[in-house]
Amino acid sequence: MSEHTYTPSSKFGKWFNDRLPLLTLGAHLSEYPTPKNLNYWWTFGGILTFCLVTQIVTGLVLAMHYVAHVDMAFDSIEHIMRDVNYGWLLRYIHSNGASMFFLAVYIHIFRALFYGSYKSPREVIWIIGMLIYILMMATAFMGYVLPWGQMSFWGATVITNLFSAIPFVGESITNWLWGGYSVDNPTLTRFFSLHYLFPFIILGLVILHIWALHVPGNNNPIGIDIKKPSKDTVPFHPYITIKDLFALLIFLIIFSGFIFFSPNILGHPDNYIEANPLVTPTHIVPEWYLLPFYAILRSVPDKLGGVILLFASIFILLALPWLDRSKVRSAVFRPIYKQFFWILIIDVLVLGYMGAMPAEGIYLLIARVGTIYYFLHFLVILPLLSSVEKTDPIPASISDPVLIR
Amino acid sequence: MMKKIFILLLSIFFSGSSIAADTNTELLKVDWSFKGVTGKFDRSSLQRGYQVYKEVCASCHSMRLLSYRNLGEKGGPEFSITEVKDIASSFEVTDGPDSQGEMFTRPGRPSDRFVSVYPNVEAATAANGGAYPPDMSVLVKSRKGGADYIYSVLMGYDEPPANLELDDGVYYNKYMDGNKIKMAKPLMEGIITYSDGTNATEDQMAKDVTAFLTWAAEPHLEARHKMGFKVIIFLIILTLLVYFSMKRIWSRIDTEV
Amino acid sequence: MDKGEKKTNRRDFLFTASYTVGAVGIGATIWPFIDQMNPDSSVKALATTEVDISQIEPGKSITVLWRGKPVFIKRRTEAEISEAQSVNLNELPHPEKDQDRVKKTEWLVMLGVCTHLGCVPLADKGEYNGWFCPCHGSHYDTSGRIRKGPAPVNMEIPKYEFVDNNTIKIG
Repeated sequence: MSEHTYTPSSKFGKWFNDRLPLLTLGAHLSEYPTPKNLNYWWTFGGILTFCLVTQIVTGLVLAMHYVAHVDMAFDSIEHIMRDVNYGWLLRYIHSNGASMFFLAVYIHIFRALFYGSYKSPREVIWIIGMLIYILMMATAFMGYVLPWGQMSFWGATVITNLFSAIPFVGESITNWLWGGYSVDNPTLTRFFSLHYLFPFIILGLVILHIWALHVPGNNNPIGIDIKKPSKDTVPFHPYITIKDLFALLIFLIIFSGFIFFSPNILGHPDNYIEANPLVTPTHIVPEWYLLPFYAILRSVPDKLGGVILLFASIFILLALPWLDRSKVRSAVFRPIYKQFFWILIIDVLVLGYMGAMPAEGIYLLIARVGTIYYFLHFLVILPLLSSVEKTDPIPASISDPVLIR
Repeated sequence: MMKKIFILLLSIFFSGSSIAADTNTELLKVDWSFKGVTGKFDRSSLQRGYQVYKEVCASCHSMRLLSYRNLGEKGGPEFSITEVKDIASSFEVTDGPDSQGEMFTRPGRPSDRFVSVYPNVEAATAANGGAYPPDMSVLVKSRKGGADYIYSVLMGYDEPPANLELDDGVYYNKYMDGNKIKMAKPLMEGIITYSDGTNATEDQMAKDVTAFLTWAAEPHLEARHKMGFKVIIFLIILTLLVYFSMKRIWSRIDTEV
Repeated sequence: MDKGEKKTNRRDFLFTASYTVGAVGIGATIWPFIDQMNPDSSVKALATTEVDISQIEPGKSITVLWRGKPVFIKRRTEAEISEAQSVNLNELPHPEKDQDRVKKTEWLVMLGVCTHLGCVPLADKGEYNGWFCPCHGSHYDTSGRIRKGPAPVNMEIPKYEFVDNNTIKIG
């Protein structure tokens, strides 16, 4: 950003910009040199920003009608659905928006995995992104508790009980989380408070994520370093903005399909039954986007072990830039890594499927194999590939077909 | 290629998670008028459904989230204002306290919530042999299979198989979880007389009351379908415009988008 | 030259159309977010209240809640009625005949909200035997008209009707 020599044309603009260089920032964002070969997998950053803003705005207005109290939460949601003007629309946008947010974030993450976007010099972008993802999961989990249905209550009970696995202090921690001896009103009100706070922390991290991105610039499908600005780059506006907008509109059509024509398909029917601390639903499942982790948790027969593995499966991603040491970024030029990338995707999908199944018999066995493979991929396969894989030759520049090495 | 595989995997994943539902018996399928992209409720069916609810279900099942005014609102049974007032005033509503601090009863008003037979869940449970007759306000949305499931349970009463022992007050139902239900078969041909003259067969009543319960659980379904249709058409038009704008802009440089 | 102009026009049309349709979409999207703050259907349904007035003695009043605001229902005595009717309209800051403010002279039904800044005036207080607002010292007479103090207009008469001799429906 420092090399910018932007001068506003108007006198007032210059006066203002000398005091707060917002116009310089605007010019930087608009001119930001972007690799011209970015494909549609790269549009999900913009889509995710849209998702975050949508969730914040709809959440803000839902909070005007929602009552965070165990006796009134369920009814207040129904009040929103029945009486509040367009309340049903706002709530369905918010509840389906969470799913769409995760769908987009998973595509975004797997894009980074495929094209090696986490590698030097972009490790910090990746780590901030992972922190955003972890906060997203926490936010979504607490948001799911707010309607105070059966799944809300029992989901909250199960997840908070994870912490009881910690030796010696487990019980104190769960009691502290609950504000009592079970999930109850104090739990609901604090979850509401944090559910309101976290999105703004995410927003702050998103700004850092983009800032960190703008230092080295975008990775690209070929994964090579490019000179910028050069023949290989285009200004962000209008080239990338219009492309992001086009992709966003396609995304919105799918999003609208869910909102207007099957708004409850991604939810669970049990959550339309008000929370009852005396009756557990026969089959507790988290929202679809947490299923793979749920499968990992259940695949371990030991309480503490399961919890450790669950957290390990998330936090292992933070170390990814140092587990995969291959100098070549894009999987396009890594024939073996490419295969393992697809196996990992299948593994995660299988784990997700097993997370929705009862933890018994063949399902449990498959979940265990899936869990072992998940860790194998990150801890053994990636480090090994870094040294043994023979990569294909890579081009010298995006517009230059000459291959080097 | 990669895209195709990914889309394929995604679709497998999504269809998979719906298969994940533990399927008991295949539910009876009805071609509901409210299904599909342009689905709407059949007003007269909803009105009959309300009659079934009032005369049969309401003796045990509450619908505490609905108000009498809802019966006259757009997209529902659409009773006239006078009909809604008559329906409301036929119920006794406890109000108060008055200036003396006493609770009193008065005829219901359209703004009142549906009056429940039982004062609370415990009373309802005690009066029904220990099984709480669930509140019906969002019943359709709280059951896997939705309207089809409700209809199937209503039609699913049958003679128990010879090897099945049933306790007193427990009935056999093909579609209920575990095939045991504590509700006696509620709908019998001719149990009510429809005010619009429709023949009150068991199937007719089951369909009408299920339609009514579906509306009750999702009162803005019609508005949602209508708006969704417009939104998606709008988005497709805008997407096309943006697509051609994008092509135009990217044609300034040699790269394809 | 000609060709180039044509091309520009077509491009301009495409972009203008995109901008216009996009703007319409954004406008339509904003509306639900604004409208959700308007009174919802459960609030609107409570817009009428029926009040039993058979127990009110002459000279007494009751206060009922309507749309979250107090409504004074006062059964006025003969003296209060004649006092209200005999006022010279020229003396009033907001001239209104008493007859125009009541449906039956015995019954005064009005919104018990001071027109100054919305406090609830006290009954049987003030220099005109009507109401007195403790917040900023507005005096109202037995017809609820402003006589002295900062309030600009008389206390408001809500929409109401006599359902029968013992029942008033407000709203």
